[in-house]
Amino acid sequence: MNPFSSGTRLRDMIRSIRACKTAAEERAVVRKECAAIRAAVSENDSDYRHRNLAKLMFIHMLGYPTHFGQMECLKLIASSGFPEKRIGYLGLMLLLDERQEVLMLVTNSLKQDLNHSNQYIIGLALCALGNICSAEMARDLAPEVERLLLSRDPNIKKKAALCSIRIVRKVPDMAENFMTAAVNLLKEKHHGVLIAGVQLCVDLCKASEEALEYLRKTCIEGSVRILRDLSNSPYAPEYDVSGITDPFLQIRLLRLMRILGHGDADSSEYMNDLLAQVSTKIESNKNSGNAILYECVETIMGIEATSGLRVLAINILGRFLSNRDNNIRYVALNMLMKAIAVDSQAVQRHRATILECVKDSDASIRKRALELISLLVNDTNVKSLMNELIEYLEVSDQDFKGDLSSKICSIVERFSPDKLWYIDQMLKVLSEAGNYIKDEVWHGLIVVISNALDLHGYTVRALYKAFQTSSEQESLVRVAVWCIGEYGDMLVNNGGMLNVEEPIIVTESDTVDIVDAALKHHSSDTTTQAMSLIALLKLSSRFPSCSERIKEIVNQQKGSFVLELQQRSIEFNSIIQRHHNIKSSLVERMPMLDEATYIEKRTASSQVTFPGKKTSHATHSGATLSLPNGISKTPSAPLVDLLDLSSDDAPQMSSSTNNFLHDLLGVGLDVPSTSAPANTDILMDLLSIGEPSIQKNLPSSTLSSQSILPNHVKARTQESTSNSMHVVDLLDGLSSSPISVEKNHDYPSITAFQSNSLKIEFGFSKQPENPQSTVIIATFTNLSSDAYTDFLFQAAVPKFIQLNLEPGSNNILPSNGIGTITQRLTVKNSQLGLKPLAMRLRIAYKVNNEDKLEQGQVSNFPPGL
Amino acid sequence: MIRFILLQNRQGKTRLAKYYVPFEESEKHKVEYEVHRLVVNRDPKFTNFVEFRTHKVIYRRYAGLFFSMCVDITDNELAYLECIHLFVEILDHFFSNVCELDLVFNFHKVYLILDEFILAGELQETSKKAIIERMGELEKQE
Repeated sequence: MNPFSSGTRLRDMIRSIRACKTAAEERAVVRKECAAIRAAVSENDSDYRHRNLAKLMFIHMLGYPTHFGQMECLKLIASSGFPEKRIGYLGLMLLLDERQEVLMLVTNSLKQDLNHSNQYIIGLALCALGNICSAEMARDLAPEVERLLLSRDPNIKKKAALCSIRIVRKVPDMAENFMTAAVNLLKEKHHGVLIAGVQLCVDLCKASEEALEYLRKTCIEGSVRILRDLSNSPYAPEYDVSGITDPFLQIRLLRLMRILGHGDADSSEYMNDLLAQVSTKIESNKNSGNAILYECVETIMGIEATSGLRVLAINILGRFLSNRDNNIRYVALNMLMKAIAVDSQAVQRHRATILECVKDSDASIRKRALELISLLVNDTNVKSLMNELIEYLEVSDQDFKGDLSSKICSIVERFSPDKLWYIDQMLKVLSEAGNYIKDEVWHGLIVVISNALDLHGYTVRALYKAFQTSSEQESLVRVAVWCIGEYGDMLVNNGGMLNVEEPIIVTESDTVDIVDAALKHHSSDTTTQAMSLIALLKLSSRFPSCSERIKEIVNQQKGSFVLELQQRSIEFNSIIQRHHNIKSSLVERMPMLDEATYIEKRTASSQVTFPGKKTSHATHSGATLSLPNGISKTPSAPLVDLLDLSSDDAPQMSSSTNNFLHDLLGVGLDVPSTSAPANTDILMDLLSIGEPSIQKNLPSSTLSSQSILPNHVKARTQESTSNSMHVVDLLDGLSSSPISVEKNHDYPSITAFQSNSLKIEFGFSKQPENPQSTVIIATFTNLSSDAYTDFLFQAAVPKFIQLNLEPGSNNILPSNGIGTITQRLTVKNSQLGLKPLAMRLRIAYKVNNEDKLEQGQVSNFPPGL
Repeated sequence: MIRFILLQNRQGKTRLAKYYVPFEESEKHKVEYEVHRLVVNRDPKFTNFVEFRTHKVIYRRYAGLFFSMCVDITDNELAYLECIHLFVEILDHFFSNVCELDLVFNFHKVYLILDEFILAGELQETSKKAIIERMGELEKQE
């Protein structure tokens, strides 16, 4: 019985679902149908099983859950009739995929159907196998498919060939089993078999090097012959697509030829003539013709073609590029990207046209063109290209500005001939698209500005002017506020004037106005506001006349709902009010930011976080735990905050890992430590802890999310007894020795590793409450006369030991033993007492930029660890 | 290779969805929604190609129906455009002047045609005549 002839209930169900006026009505109908189907399923009703499954498929397409139908598919597949099997396989492909375990149950039915006497049933099984087979099924059923490849029926043969593709994709090891069969398929006449065979060859080449070699020898001739016949063939109505005989097959043949000819001069030579013939003969006024031309060009680019042929190919692309059809222009742009590698001069000739495509209204074309343009930029054309792009930035779509500005920034960074130009271009981008650029971009800009000593005045004035017109661009505002904080005095006195500039008149109060505006602007976020506060603090020292006004502004923020801002304003207020004698040194202009470190850092972790709220989540090693009360725990953050009670990490202040936070605050590391004792006391007063040794960490605490107010410290101390120890440490001035807590060694230290150039010592300590764990402090000493950079220590332990390796104190190891790196390891020996500790070491570092690697094994651990 | 084929109307109702790579059920709905949003508002003069995640969607609109194929980024866009057209011609021939309702009520047949046209994400048959004949034979088996 046919469940789909008119009057049956599938049709009725679709009708009643379509008649529903609201979603609720539809759900009700579906619910009723599903209930009926479930009932039929539980009664094991076999008469209407395939009708029910067909309904379920429709319901599935509407997006309702239909998992209860999965077993019904399997039952239908196992039944004997073709109509039942057909619906069963259809349901199988629709409702299940290769990852479901139910699928394993169908392997046996598939095997039987692949061996069936009815060719239509074999066809159904092959189709299902080709669409959803998993790796296990591929292994189990490959012999059947191999046998069916030899079938005489072209319908079965082509399906078997496509199934083989799926099998080879799932299990590339099986590629060799299909090689000979694939070559034989190319001798067929039937186009369906040919196209499947050619595609199988392509996949075999991708899956196995051996298959590629074999096919190179055996099927070049065949594929060239087929393509030649096709391209010379007279009108063939069955395969004709707007005047071209079977473009699909031609394209697949060209693709196979590309793979076979790639990197192989002999095969390429064999194809040259035919490729030339195809690319000149095809008419390019129809899509089907262009599709072949496009594939042909790609093949010419991909093989070892003659130079004449390559010129021909690039000319075709040039023609494509000036085509009126957007599709053709799109593929031309796509292909020109590949052509750059072959002949970049030829592509450069089309630069003007490509630039026009960047401005196209179609996002797909714009995106391609922008990619292409960024590949075409070089030192000679960068200025003119950037001018064009930045001009376009002003008028481009909102949703394109992000892509465009980030491309412009990366190009400007890569090719900028001088810093002045770089800063100019970046300011233009920021004023146009400051809301779209990523944080790294403006961070990078600040680093560059800070390093351009002679441009400070120029930059701050340019930013002042830009701010007047584009105060809604967040990142422009941030950079402007930062620069005004640092170089505000140069804005007022026109310091560091360049020849090209015209002096501007800005008063001190104008400057404060600007920062005040940034602080209070409705669109400013916490980061901007925090930066504005810092700038104000700095200005209060630079412009004593405005000090009172700044104090007022800062005071207003005391009531901010944002904890960060509230805290900052209270702290800054206290500095402005009570500590005149140290204020100027505290807010001195910051030293140059280390460009090299910044770049390194940026490449190492694409996430560099900057001041404000985000600093409490500073990502240094990625693992940052932010506790609800605002205490941030940064396991390896170089920014060590002694007030950060929850952080029991040792301070790892080293010049190379300075957090930019210090720098941005501009207090510099060296300031407090050089200050006179009297100042120290005041500073300590500020912190109300009264311990000189903590002063070197003061700058960091000033901006961390930690409160520096004593009552907070105390409150928190009481909250958590485990923290109290650190407060004691603090007061005892232990901050000078990072890991002093573990100094009480129970076990003798050992020399774990020694070579001519490097010595590693291990010191041990155990915590009584956790006997399995041992804390190892590794101390590295460089015995050679050259400093080591990029020092990296790694350790491996047997399975019964757990190892936790914390970051080293530094990654530069000075020469001749004048400095050391320490690194803390925690090992947990689960077989304590049964097996001793053992460890393998691997130390990588660079000497004069040359990579070095040392390895060793430690087996002399003291007993009992 | 073709990763999936979608047939959607302008309202975003999916009339046919064929996946050649596995997706979670929820992911399928998301993909269908996203693809519809990508293609539905594009100007007819624009390219028929849109980048979608790490792949690209080749789509073509016939009256109120969007035929979309998601293919590998290195695949020949123009060829798949032609491929969509061939599929539509086959449907048109089979249902003699196909309309959306044919596809709704005979969705199982549409799947059957597709399975004769594309298998394992690759083209199986390029002759309209061969597929129509094959469909006739299969109908006789019912």
